[in-house]
Amino acid sequence: MTDATTHRPASRWPIFPTAPVRALLQPVLARVVRRIARRHPEMFARIAPYQQADFLIVARELPFALHLRPDPEQPVFRAVPRYPLPDHDARIEGPFMLLLNLVDGEDDGDAAFFSRDLVISGNTEAVVSLRNALDDVDGSIAQETADLFGPPGRAVLGVLRRRSGT
Amino acid sequence: MRAEGRFSEAGELVCPAGTPAALRTAVDAGADSVYCGFRNATNARNFPGLNFSPEELEASVAYAHQRGAKVLLALNTYPPAGKVDLWRDAAAIAARVGVDACIVADMGVAQHIATNHPSLRLHLSVQAAASSPEAIRYYCQNFGVKRVVLPRILTIPEIRAIKQEIPCEIETFIFGNHGLMVEGRCSLTNWMTGESTNMDGVCSPAAKVTYEEDADGALRSCLGGVTIDSFAPGETAGYPTICKGRYTAPHRPEGYYAFEEPVSLNLSRLLPDLMEAGVHAFKIEGRQRSKSYVRKVVGSFREAVDAIRAGATPDLADLVALTEGQKETQGAFKTKKWR
Repeated sequence: MTDATTHRPASRWPIFPTAPVRALLQPVLARVVRRIARRHPEMFARIAPYQQADFLIVARELPFALHLRPDPEQPVFRAVPRYPLPDHDARIEGPFMLLLNLVDGEDDGDAAFFSRDLVISGNTEAVVSLRNALDDVDGSIAQETADLFGPPGRAVLGVLRRRSGT
Repeated sequence: MRAEGRFSEAGELVCPAGTPAALRTAVDAGADSVYCGFRNATNARNFPGLNFSPEELEASVAYAHQRGAKVLLALNTYPPAGKVDLWRDAAAIAARVGVDACIVADMGVAQHIATNHPSLRLHLSVQAAASSPEAIRYYCQNFGVKRVVLPRILTIPEIRAIKQEIPCEIETFIFGNHGLMVEGRCSLTNWMTGESTNMDGVCSPAAKVTYEEDADGALRSCLGGVTIDSFAPGETAGYPTICKGRYTAPHRPEGYYAFEEPVSLNLSRLLPDLMEAGVHAFKIEGRQRSKSYVRKVVGSFREAVDAIRAGATPDLADLVALTEGQKETQGAFKTKKWR
C-alpha cells in the first residue's frame, strides 16, 4: 500500500465535505460496474493477478476520487474522499476527459504519460494490467454507461465530448 | 490461407498488436500484416495483461485473413537451455491456426520450425541482430529464412548494399521505439532486475518499475529501486528503460543521457528512399501501445505508403504527440552521427 497522505491537493477544489455527493453516487457507480463486469467478462482474465487490487482513479476536476477493485465476482466502484485518499495499491491521476478517453481506447496512455498529463504511482504492474485489459474491450464503455441512463445519460456524455473536442 | 504470393508487394506495412482488439484495429486501419505474441516468455513484449491466448490468436488469424491481412507470430526470445517446451508448443499452435509467418531469433527455434513445420514461413527477428550479409545468408541457407528484420544501426546506403548480397526480403522499423543496444544481446535489464529481456521477454519489467512524484512536481522513474531518470515539472518523460536513463558522471555532474535519450524513430520522410534501397516491409513498433496509437500510426502510414505507390507526395500526419519524450529522430538511417 502506498502512503495516501502525500498526494498534492487539486487546486480547483478546496477541501470541503463531499459525503452527500458521494452517497448519492454510490448506487449509480455500483450499477455501472456490475453492468460492465457482466458485459465484458473477458476483460477480467487480463487482470487476473490484480482482481483484488485497489485502484484509485483521481480526475483532477472532481472533488472526490474513485475506488476500483476489478473483482469479477464482487466488483467495487465507489466514490471516496480525496483528502486524505484511502489506502490503495495504485493511483491513476489525470484530467477527467483524458481518463474517460483512455477507458474508451480513444487516447494513448503512454503518450499521456510522456506528456505528463497522466500520473501513476504505486504498483506499476497493476496499472499496466488494467490498462491492457481495458484496451482490449471493443466499443465504448463510456457510451455503454451513458446508455444505462437513457437519453439524460447520453446527453451528458455528448456535452462532455463536445467540450473536450472528442 | 498461407501463400507466398501474399507477401509479394513491396511496401508491406507490418503493424503491432498487443491484444485482439488492437489486431482488429490494425487490420481495419490498413495493416498488410500484424505481428503479435503469446501471453508468455516466447516473445519480447511479455508484459502483464498483454498478448494472446491460443484461442484469441486463432480467432484473430481468421479475422485478418477474411480481410486480406496476414498475421505474424513473434517467437523472438531465446529459450533457456533445456526449457524449450514453451517455444515448441507455440510453434505447433502457430502452424495449427494458420499463422502466416513466425518471427524468430534463436537458431534452435528456427531449426525446430524449419524441421517440424516446414510450411511456416520464417522471418528473422531484429533480436537476432543480423546486420551483415554473411550473418543473414547463414540464416537463409540453414533455416530457410525468407525475411530479415534489420537492426536500427544501418544507414540507407548500407541497407542498399546488403540487399545486393542476400537472398531474402528486408524489413526495417519505420516508427516507434528507438532502442539501440545490440538487440538480442542487451543485458541491462537483467543486470538491474534479474529478469532477462532476451529470455523472459521483459525489458524493464513493470513489477520492478516505480514512479515517484516529488512535492515540486518532479517525476522520478525507478527500476529495481534505482533512479534512472528524473523529469522536471512539465518536462516530457520517457520509458523507464536503462538505455534511456540519465546518469551522472565525473565529467557530467549535471546528468546526461549516456546511451540514448527518450526519443522515437520516425522514418516517414525516408519511405521512398527505403523502398528504392530494396526494403520490402515497413515495421511499426508498439505492441505495448494502445488501440488509439495503432489506429493513428497505422492509418497515417497506410496513407503515406499508398501515396508513394501512386507516385504522389505523401501527406505525413504529425505523430509527435505519440512519441517517447515527444521527440522524433531518423537515427542511423539518416546518419550515424545522429547524436
